[in-house]
Amino acid sequence: MDFGFKLNPSSAVNLDTVDRARYDRLVQLEPDALTCIGCGSCSATCTAAPWSGMSVRKVILGLQRGQDDEVDSMLSRCMLCGKCTMVCPRGINTRHLILTLCRLNRKGEIVR
Amino acid sequence: MVNRTPVIAIIGAGIAGLEAARQLNDLGYKPILIEKAPVTGGHVAEWNRLFPDMSPAADLVQSLESQTAKVRTMTGTEIASINRLKDGYSLILSDGETLVCEAVLFATGFHLFDASKKEEYGYGIYEKVITNRDLEQWFNTRHDPRIGHPKAVGFVHCVGSRDVKAGNTQCSKVCCITAIKQAIEIKEEFPEAEVYCFYMDLRLFGKKYEDFYIKAQRDCGIHFIRGRVSEVGEAIDGRVVVKAEDTLSGKPVKVTLDLLVLMAGIICNSDAQHYAQQVGVAVDDDGFLKSRDNVGAIVESSRPGIFFAGACTGAKTVPETLAEARSAALAIHRYFSKRG
Repeated sequence: MDFGFKLNPSSAVNLDTVDRARYDRLVQLEPDALTCIGCGSCSATCTAAPWSGMSVRKVILGLQRGQDDEVDSMLSRCMLCGKCTMVCPRGINTRHLILTLCRLNRKGEIVR
Repeated sequence: MVNRTPVIAIIGAGIAGLEAARQLNDLGYKPILIEKAPVTGGHVAEWNRLFPDMSPAADLVQSLESQTAKVRTMTGTEIASINRLKDGYSLILSDGETLVCEAVLFATGFHLFDASKKEEYGYGIYEKVITNRDLEQWFNTRHDPRIGHPKAVGFVHCVGSRDVKAGNTQCSKVCCITAIKQAIEIKEEFPEAEVYCFYMDLRLFGKKYEDFYIKAQRDCGIHFIRGRVSEVGEAIDGRVVVKAEDTLSGKPVKVTLDLLVLMAGIICNSDAQHYAQQVGVAVDDDGFLKSRDNVGAIVESSRPGIFFAGACTGAKTVPETLAEARSAALAIHRYFSKRG
């Protein structure tokens, strides 16, 4: 039945129910991911970010907030140039982190 | 008062007062410690372990107390009034004694912000909401029915600090690192627990503080959420539901916790303001005592013979307080050397 309007689902993140399986697996394989401080150096230096929306900071955060669609969309646009790795103040090997993440499915299983 | 060893009244026998008393005693003066509480050591005596080396707070207090054993110490004593004399001060104490001294050192410290004033956080309303001081006491006594075996714990930074609505615009300086220290301690105590820190900014300025932050992230997996908690509610099972905005993702977040720790901030000691008024020492906009100069003469007041040490002039760490106490002792020494 069409009432002529619809209700948008809440955009709030419920940390009680968020599935962090992929993030938990990632930090097992890449413990440095835990030390991200969200400074945005990676996104600011990314050559492709202005057109693709790629941001390592948002990928790491999105995994913790259950935003899998956004994460996968960003990952698919990375060219793996590695500029982000050169600027990270916490010394995270972001390029390697992206590669590792691309090998994991949403349940955190290594599939590639 | 001519030709006698100068007497220095030290108001407050916390770590600032004790350290200054030790130094002044060594320099040949006659310090007298006046403490309102029944015991010495102040706030630090209530703490369990100190950052950054996790050294026991009791060791520091005991060491200071043993080194000031020969200094006359009046505990459980309040000051009824302070009067200015021609070349000194007279203090009327709560036991009726009048103490005439050549100089007064304010080591009056701070008050911890009353977290129940931030009603939206539910301290004093919900059972599972405690403060940094309550948690520190639990580390000491292991007795607090509110704590139990939590599986999810949250820390709220800046409770009553940097908050115009709470009447305190200043940063309390030590809560960021205290929250991280306590979060690590909670994680060590309850390894299965998820720990969340809700912060506005993380101000980790001191030696080894950043290492603590990295340890909390990498070794303890503590979740840092940049966003100020907007409200806390109680779930039907007695746990607390915390709402905030995760400003880094731009989305509201909600989480249910077994324990919420509020990082109550450092505010001025109202007694110190009262005494300052009596001797004509200025109080700054933030409520703390006003130094003669905030760069070059932080331990000096604008009035001869009145000196400051520690958190009476603003939030301080333990090493900063101790350094200031020594500095104040030297400033007092210089004051008397000049006077001849």
